[in-house]
Amino acid sequence: MQETQYLIVGASHAALSALQAIRMQDAEGSVTVVTRDDALPYSPTVLPYVVSGRSAPERVALKDGAWFEQNRVGFIRGAAVTSVDAAAKRAKLSSGEEIAYAKLLLATGAAPILPPIPGLKDVKFHVLRSLDDAVKLNQALPNTKQAVVLGAGLVGMHAAENLAKAGAQVTVVEMQPRVLAGYFDAEASAIIEAAFAAKGIQLMLGAKVSRLETAGQGARVTTDKGAALDADLLLVAAGVAPVTDYLAGSGVAVERGVLVDDTMRASAEGIWAAGDVAQAKGFYDEAKILNGILPSAVEQGRIAGMAMAGDPALKPWPGGVPLNTYTFFGQQAVSVGSQDAGEVVRKEADAKHYLKIVMRDNRLTGIFGINVPFDPGVMWELILRRIDLSSVREAFIAEPQKTARTIMSRTWR
Amino acid sequence: MGAYNTISFKPEHCDGCNACMTACATAKAGSDDVVNSRIQIVADGDAFELAMCRQCGDPKCVSNCPAAALAKDGADGVIDWDGSKCVNCLLCTVGCAFGGIVYNAAAGHVVKCDTCDGDPACVKACDRGALKYLTTAHIYNEVGDLEDLFVPGLAGCQGCNTELIMRHTMRRIGPDTVLATPPGCIPGMGSVGYNGLTGTKVPVFHPLLTNTASMLTGIKRHYKRQGREVNAVALAGDGGTADVGFQSLSGAAERGEQILFICVDNEGYMNTGMQRSGCTPFGAWTSTTPVGERGKGKTQDAKNLPLLMMMHNCEYVATASTAFMEDLYDKLDRAIEASKRGFSYLHIYSPCTTGWRFPSAENIEVARKAVETNFVMLWEFNPTDGLRLSRSLDEPRPIDEYLEALGKYRHLEPDQVGHIEATLRKNVEQIRGLAGG
Ligand SMILES: Cc1cc2nc3c(=O)[nH]c(=O)nc-3n(C[C@H](O)[C@H](O)[C@H](O)COP(=O)(O)OP(=O)(O)OC[C@H]3O[C@@H](n4cnc5c(N)ncnc54)[C@H](O)[C@@H]3O)c2cc1C
Repeated sequence: MQETQYLIVGASHAALSALQAIRMQDAEGSVTVVTRDDALPYSPTVLPYVVSGRSAPERVALKDGAWFEQNRVGFIRGAAVTSVDAAAKRAKLSSGEEIAYAKLLLATGAAPILPPIPGLKDVKFHVLRSLDDAVKLNQALPNTKQAVVLGAGLVGMHAAENLAKAGAQVTVVEMQPRVLAGYFDAEASAIIEAAFAAKGIQLMLGAKVSRLETAGQGARVTTDKGAALDADLLLVAAGVAPVTDYLAGSGVAVERGVLVDDTMRASAEGIWAAGDVAQAKGFYDEAKILNGILPSAVEQGRIAGMAMAGDPALKPWPGGVPLNTYTFFGQQAVSVGSQDAGEVVRKEADAKHYLKIVMRDNRLTGIFGINVPFDPGVMWELILRRIDLSSVREAFIAEPQKTARTIMSRTWR
Repeated sequence: MGAYNTISFKPEHCDGCNACMTACATAKAGSDDVVNSRIQIVADGDAFELAMCRQCGDPKCVSNCPAAALAKDGADGVIDWDGSKCVNCLLCTVGCAFGGIVYNAAAGHVVKCDTCDGDPACVKACDRGALKYLTTAHIYNEVGDLEDLFVPGLAGCQGCNTELIMRHTMRRIGPDTVLATPPGCIPGMGSVGYNGLTGTKVPVFHPLLTNTASMLTGIKRHYKRQGREVNAVALAGDGGTADVGFQSLSGAAERGEQILFICVDNEGYMNTGMQRSGCTPFGAWTSTTPVGERGKGKTQDAKNLPLLMMMHNCEYVATASTAFMEDLYDKLDRAIEASKRGFSYLHIYSPCTTGWRFPSAENIEVARKAVETNFVMLWEFNPTDGLRLSRSLDEPRPIDEYLEALGKYRHLEPDQVGHIEATLRKNVEQIRGLAGG
């Protein structure tokens, strides 16, 4: 049986970031990375651009074989972990192989949720999470005239834009009354919705798909409002859920994701989890949340790696802050922090611009903009450090980018 | 490969002229609109702050990139952006806590500083000295590549500055050297060796405290007669230089002997139990200027040895500090050159963790404070140009910052601090006067 000091399951952002942190501290310990994808590491976030053809599948690899060699990391691809025995410290792979580990990182990310819609099982549909998914969608593009996207989250919206750019007539069906409800309020979403409408994309908001059935080569989509849509391409983008099936009976505590403490340690000895699969403390209250975004995966992966390798410089997870950047039709939307963890101290919107600042006790809790420049990384840091802005409050509200840069340059230059 | 060059910003020298931003925008975007500049100077009243790519060692913009469009170049340390891979997702801007990679509307994608291939336009445009393209690390790397001419494992105290000075200077001076190390910490930590083996990789000898300069004179003359070009170098403590060693030193300087005499000044006889020397400053505790019911440390001021040497009209005289290595290296080069023509004297301040009583990790910080408070002044002299300051004496930090860092001054009473301040003022005025303003 193969034995390894560090076993990392998954090969995406959380995994790679952990790997780098481990090698920073422990140059010698044996490391093995296992991923079920039969591909070099890539990011799910790049997939919409693989769908559109902007990114060639062979150019999206985050690391190559030489990198694994240079870091002396065993890389097993195309094999999924099917079960974990936390007591015996062993993991079983789909290839039948077993690996004994001393320390295990679960970085298996998330997978699309398939909502309980009558008929879904029986129709042809796409999801978008893996490189294979993206290539399949890309291949389907030339033959797509009518596309229906279920869900107006980031994945659905990215896909809808790219399908439209490829010439399809696109309809997005979303239960919520607005798009990207997790990141933007009604006024901000309205700007995004208008841009989509201007490109001929139909947004059916506040609508639920009630039935799906096969129709010709494609599917017929019926909504609870009685609308019927014919689709030769159906994309289900109704959210994601952590991939934890292989942990059944392992002894690792799973709620919605793998429950972890502030150093990303799971409930079982010698096991850590990071990224979309982990359920860790939120920033605004202590409750453990899912915060499936790339920057969190990077940060959590680094913390997990440091903890696993015993790096004394480890600083605990400060808590997940929802944040995202979203480019649509050449426009930029940025969302950093919580919409409702404080009071709105500035808000303005016109057809093309939007800015909202939320503060509590003179501390920034959230800032949201469309086509208004500010530095999301600097704002994130302001929130995490809970920097008291009372002495610059007016200046910050008037000129957030400039004032935040000044504080940054003085505080953590 | 080693450390990298960086663009450094000293806000105190910035006057907000924006020439750097105009230069960058012109170089990078062919426009003089500063919004296109990769370096952003942010004015806050009359203070100036900076937002720019720091070329981080562990860059989060790179980790956050889903498209492998950003990568840190291992050779030059610059984080490169590949436009053919970028998908415009802006996640890099979430990773950067410095405002160093930002979306640029004119370009239609993110932009960042690429240091102009090692020749940054912003730095060239800055005539206030606020922006510098620092090569310090290069100097360490360069010198690091040179052979260390001392053996490993010298028995210096933990955090010893003198050991740093010895190794760095000899690396720079090179192996064609005969070295004299009179009694003091330098032979004490093993440079002259034990049991017939030396602690150096160059010929070394151990003169008396009194005759270092004259013995070195003889050796240099002997080699010259044989037709061999060697560096004759002394690494001596302040006792061996300022006190009993002074007679032979003064004579050699006056005769213009072609030697380089380096005084490693730790303000006392630290090797033999921390006794006072002629270089021990007023008020300092030493084992022979104790602090008790009556004693309050040394009651006389230190003699200004480098000034004394300048008055010999040597070929070259300079003061240096390990907190300012670039300056130290430049001076070493000039000192070696000058020692081929005449007498060359270098005075390097060396805070002593054991004898001055401060934590061993703080040596360079103490050295820096000494300079920043003007307690130690950095200058150089040659007969043509006279004395020139290597560092401005304007706007020093309060002397308390230095005194409070050291256990040897812990007992000071206000009148003693007053005396030290007065002496400091006098010394600064004297050097200013010599520097011509
Ligand atoms: C289309 C799309 C667009 C997105 N856009 C954004 C965005 O704009 N901004 C943002 O912040 N986030 C975005 N995300 C989310 C972001 O990609 C994720 O948060 C991030 O990839 C999480 O990284 P991770 O390492 O935790 O997991 P993942 O990237 O999901 O990687 C999981 C890894 O685990 C492997 N794996 C899973 N199960 C097993 C198993 N049983 N055995 C072995 N290996 C296994 C997978 O093969 C994969 O390598 C987007 C996601 C998608 C799908």
